Amino acid sequence: MKLISAIIKPFKLDDVREALGDIGVSGITVTEVKGFGRQKGHTELYRGAEYVVDFLPKIKLEIAVDDQLVDKVIEAITNAARTGKIGDGKIFVFNLEQVVRIRTGETGSEAL
Amino acid sequence: MKPSTQRTLLRVLAGALALTPLIAGAQETPAPTISSGDTAWMLTATALVLFMTIPGLALFYGGLVRAKNVLSILMQCFAITALVTVLWTIYGYSLAFGNGGALNSWIGGFDNLFLKGIGLSSIYGTQTIPESVFMTFQMTFAIITPALMVGAFAERMKFSALMWFMGLWLTLVYVPVAHWVWGGGFLGTLGVLDFAGGTVVHINAGIAGLVAAIVIGKRKGFPTTAMPPHNLGYTVIGASMLWVGWFGFNAGSELAADGVAGMAMAVTQIATATAALSWMFAEWWAHGKPSVLGIASGAVAGLVAITPASGTAGPMGAIAIGVAAGVLCFIASTKIKRMFHYDDALDVFGVHAVGGIVGAMLTGVFASAALGGKGLAEGLTIVDQVIKQGIGVGTTLVYTAIASLIILKVVDWTIGLRVTEEQETEGLDLALHDERGYIL
Repeated sequence: MKLISAIIKPFKLDDVREALGDIGVSGITVTEVKGFGRQKGHTELYRGAEYVVDFLPKIKLEIAVDDQLVDKVIEAITNAARTGKIGDGKIFVFNLEQVVRIRTGETGSEAL
Repeated sequence: MKPSTQRTLLRVLAGALALTPLIAGAQETPAPTISSGDTAWMLTATALVLFMTIPGLALFYGGLVRAKNVLSILMQCFAITALVTVLWTIYGYSLAFGNGGALNSWIGGFDNLFLKGIGLSSIYGTQTIPESVFMTFQMTFAIITPALMVGAFAERMKFSALMWFMGLWLTLVYVPVAHWVWGGGFLGTLGVLDFAGGTVVHINAGIAGLVAAIVIGKRKGFPTTAMPPHNLGYTVIGASMLWVGWFGFNAGSELAADGVAGMAMAVTQIATATAALSWMFAEWWAHGKPSVLGIASGAVAGLVAITPASGTAGPMGAIAIGVAAGVLCFIASTKIKRMFHYDDALDVFGVHAVGGIVGAMLTGVFASAALGGKGLAEGLTIVDQVIKQGIGVGTTLVYTAIASLIILKVVDWTIGLRVTEEQETEGLDLALHDERGYIL
């Protein structure tokens, strides 16, 4: 099992959610986050006073899936979230040791 | 806003110029009577001017500070409204507009303490409205002038110090200056044109605000730490309320519902819109983008600048004053402040003093009938009038700067002007009022 964590542009969330639904992903956790990468921040100007805003708002998705679904998920997110401009985000993949469904106590793939 | 004597004089002069024997013959002065039309308008205008301070100015400033200080601004504007109302009732009106006898060039008298002598049928001078309405109308001007200063020392003054400073400032600065220009004092007698308070209200508050900002010192972290406005939506709402309320301020200053009031309303609208555009375009040109804060600030700058001219300028004068106010206030608020490193937090000097000075000087120019204005007093050239305007501006700048400095130093030495560094970091809302503006 893998945990896939993806940082994307906020306005792409609906497209990504749809693409993941199409390939059979059954659960996603979404968090509003801030950060910077190559896109860096932006500047704001109030009556001549310039402020550099370092951290831009992004959306973080967390998806736990079976190993055979990993490539499909990566492909779906990449296609749905890409604009081609700087700042589209990144995908991180981690090994996932254990999953437990709290309601039933099921573990492993059963719990996904 | 004009004193009754000056008003009569102007009417007579205007009448003479227009060769209207009816008004020119009014020197026999029939007993003044109350006009229901004039009174209805002045009741409305008075409410509009109060609306400028609460909530107009309070929201305009409230949106510009950081979220942790929003309540402190609303509180200061509200408390000033209440404090000035009481002081004006007890002695402010009497000293500003009462008869000062031998000292009348400098200060009014004590005849109207606690509004003594102002009954249901009293009339001030040759007006056509009840004196109770005139007194309340003037009270709303006395309220907004100190409230304007709040922006200069925002986010760092102790509330107790604010109350003392405002009470003393109203007494020792606003009341005498209002008397000099409108209450029969020497500036009005000299012929300085200040229809609705460019000098008395805006230059006065602007220079006092600058002195206060310097005496109390910069905010912790200024100018290296980011201190962006926390809610520009409030600021735009506040600026819009100021714009609407200003019709009461300017058109109401005629103290009657007549042609001068109508033209005052028109030129107020025209100058404000022009200044909103000129600030916007100046910023667009200088920084590449037009900003919401810029267009709103430009509108306020235009309102300030047309204030002294609103009874005498014509539409073309209003456009010229609007262009000058928008561009010059933009430069003052964005460049000069940075150049001299003073922390006039919300640009009270840059907008009100600079806009007020631009307006006061151009009032002398665009009052000329040749430039579409109402006409200068007989025998006066534009240069003569501009010199008179300069005397009014200079006197106010010097007197107010010195008097404000003394008051601020006294308050600082006795109870202290400034909150502690810890309170400033925490925010005045929690530190001074035990409340938060936003519980989300």
